[in-house]
Amino acid sequence: MRRARLVLRSVAPFLIALPVLWLAQGASPPDVSIVLVAIAVNVILAVSLNVVNGFTGQFSIGHAAFMAVGAYTAALVTTGMQDLQLLGLPEGSSDALVFFLALLAGMAAASVAGLLVGIPSLRLRGDYLAIVTLGFGEIIRVVIENTKALGQATGISGLPPYTNVVWAGMGVVATVVMARRLLLSTQGRALLAIREDEVAAEAMGVDTVGWKVRAFVISAAFAGLAGGLLVHKIQLVTPRMFTFVKSMEVVVMVVLGGMGSITGSIVAATLLTVVLEWLRGVDQYRMVIFSLLLIVLMLTRPSGLFGTREIWDALPRWLRRRVDGGTP
Amino acid sequence: MTEFLQHLVNGVSLGTIYALIALGYTMVYGVLKLINFAHGDVYMAAAYAGFYIATALDVRTHPTAGKAVAVFVGSMVFAGALGWAIERFAYRPLRNRARLTALITAIGVSFLLEYGFQLPSFQAQGRTFEEMLRGWGWTVPGWLDALVSFLPASFPPGPTPRFFPEPFVRVDWTVLGGVHVSNYDVVSFLVAVAFMLGLQWIVFRTRFGMAMRAVSFDPKVAGLMGIPVNRVIATTFVLGSVLAAVAALLVAGSRPRIDPIMGLMPGLKAFVAAVFGGIGNVPGAMLGGIVLGLAEEMVAGYALSSFRDGIAFAILILMLLVRPEGLLGRVTVEKV
Repeated sequence: MRRARLVLRSVAPFLIALPVLWLAQGASPPDVSIVLVAIAVNVILAVSLNVVNGFTGQFSIGHAAFMAVGAYTAALVTTGMQDLQLLGLPEGSSDALVFFLALLAGMAAASVAGLLVGIPSLRLRGDYLAIVTLGFGEIIRVVIENTKALGQATGISGLPPYTNVVWAGMGVVATVVMARRLLLSTQGRALLAIREDEVAAEAMGVDTVGWKVRAFVISAAFAGLAGGLLVHKIQLVTPRMFTFVKSMEVVVMVVLGGMGSITGSIVAATLLTVVLEWLRGVDQYRMVIFSLLLIVLMLTRPSGLFGTREIWDALPRWLRRRVDGGTP
Repeated sequence: MTEFLQHLVNGVSLGTIYALIALGYTMVYGVLKLINFAHGDVYMAAAYAGFYIATALDVRTHPTAGKAVAVFVGSMVFAGALGWAIERFAYRPLRNRARLTALITAIGVSFLLEYGFQLPSFQAQGRTFEEMLRGWGWTVPGWLDALVSFLPASFPPGPTPRFFPEPFVRVDWTVLGGVHVSNYDVVSFLVAVAFMLGLQWIVFRTRFGMAMRAVSFDPKVAGLMGIPVNRVIATTFVLGSVLAAVAALLVAGSRPRIDPIMGLMPGLKAFVAAVFGGIGNVPGAMLGGIVLGLAEEMVAGYALSSFRDGIAFAILILMLLVRPEGLLGRVTVEKV
C-alpha cells in the first residue's frame, strides 16, 4: 500500500501534466511554442544545476558543456536513425520512440562526462570544481570544433523537429519530480548536510565525496536532457550555442531564484527567459547586465528571491502532509 | 637538439608570464582563501591601460626608453588601483559571509570586466544617449559629459583586437646554431625574475611580509595581535595586480594583439600553475608557472598543437588526483 502510494506520487505529476501540455501544444502558435520550449529548457537547466549549486553547496559553472554533450549525442542518434522504421510501428510512434531513446542516450553520455569531471575535482573543496568545470567547458568546445564527425564549427543542421511543448513540458516535470523527490529523501538530507557543513557531515558518517559526485552526475544528466530537447526544436546544433555565456545564464537563474529552492529556479528561469527574449535587440549589454546582477545580488541579497523556501511550504499543513506523505 | 633548445627558450619565456600571474592568485588565496577569478581580467585591463597610455604618448611612431618606462609605471599604477577597488567594493563587504558568496562575486567581477570592455565606446553610446534625452526634452548633466571626455576616446574598446605598439625596437639573435632569442625574451625574463625576487624579499624579509604571512596563517588571531588585517589584504591585492600588469605588458610588447578576453586563458592557466606548485605558496607559484609553460611548449611543439589549451587542464586534473596539495604545498587538515 505504502509502496503503491510512493509510486503514484512520482507518476501522478506526469499523468496530470500530459493532457494539460497536450492542450497547450494545440493552443499555441509556432512563435509562442518556441518561447515555451526555451522556457522549459531553461527551467530544466536551472533546476538541475540547483542540485549541485543549491542542494549540495558546490559551485559548477560549466553546465553548458554537459548540455553540449547531451545535445550532440541526441543529435547523432536521431540523424543516424532518421530513416529507420522501428518494429513495424506507425511512423509517429516510431519517431517518438527514437527521440526518447536519443534523449536517454544524451543523458547517459552527459552523466558519463559528469562522472569524469566530478571524480577528480570533487575530492577537494568546491573552489576547484568551479575552475575544472570552466576548463572542461572550454575543452569540450575545442574538441567539438576539431572533430569531423560532429561537424566542427558549423555543427550539425537539419535535425528532425521532434521537440514540442509536450516533450519539453514532460522534461520539466521529470526534472522537478526528480529534484523534489531527491530533496525529500535520505540522500537529499546527505546533500543538504554537505552544504551546511562538510566536515560535520563527514563526521556523521556521510560519504561526502560519493554524494557530491552522485549529485553532480544527476545534474549533468538533466543538463544533457535539456540540450537534447533544445536542439530538436531549433533543428541545429553548433558549438557556439554552448559557450560560457550559456553556463553563466543558468548560474544567474539559480542564484536569482535562491540557491536551494526549486520554486525559485523555476520562477527565475521563466522570468529571465522572457526578459532575454525581450532584450534581444541589445544583446551586447546582456552579459554586462548579468554580471552586475550577480554582484549586486551577492552584496545585497545573497539568498536570492526565495532563499531555500519552496512554494509547497506555503500549503496548509494537512494538505502538505498528504502531498509529502508524512515527512515533517 | 636545436629544436629542443628553441622549445626550451619559448617555454621559459611563456612560463615566466604564467608565474607572474600565478603569484597574484597564490598570494590572494594565501591571505583570503579566495580564488580571485577577476585576476586574469585585471591583467587584461592593465594591457589596455598600457595601450591607451602608449597611444597618448605616441609610442608607435617615436618609441623611447622614457616612454616605455612611463607606459610600464602608468599601467602598474592603474592595475594596482583596480585591484584595490575590486577588493574594497566587491570582496571586503562579503568577507564574513559564506565562502561561496565571495567566489560568485569574483566570477561576476570577472565577467563584468570581460564583457564591459566589449561594449561600444562611451562616446558612441553617449551620442545615442544624448539624442534619447534630447527627444524627451532633457540635457546631459555637465559632470557626466566631463567624465566621458576625460576617458580615452575609444573606451570601452569593443570586441575587436587592438595592436599594442612596440615599446622598443626588436632585435633577434641566433645563438647555439639556430636558436632564436629576441631582446624581448631576454628583457621579459630579466624583468620577471627581478619582480619575483623582489616579491620574495617583501614576503620573507619585511615587516609587511611578516604581517601578510600572519594573516595567511590565521586572520582572526592576526587581528587580535594588532595587525591591520584590512590594510594587509588590500596591499596584497595591489601587489598581485601590479605583477599581473607587468605580465600583461611583457606579453603585449612581444605578441601585440590585445582583446577583452585575453585574460581568460592565461588566468585559468596561471591558476593551474598556482595549484601545481601548491596554492598559497610563493616559490611554488613560480615553479608551477615555469613547469606549465615548458610542458605546454613541449607538448604543442612535439605532439598535438591543436590541443594546446587542453594541456593545462589535463595537468590540473592529474595533479588533483595524485597530489592535491601541490608540489611544494603542505597537507593541511581542516579544523572545525
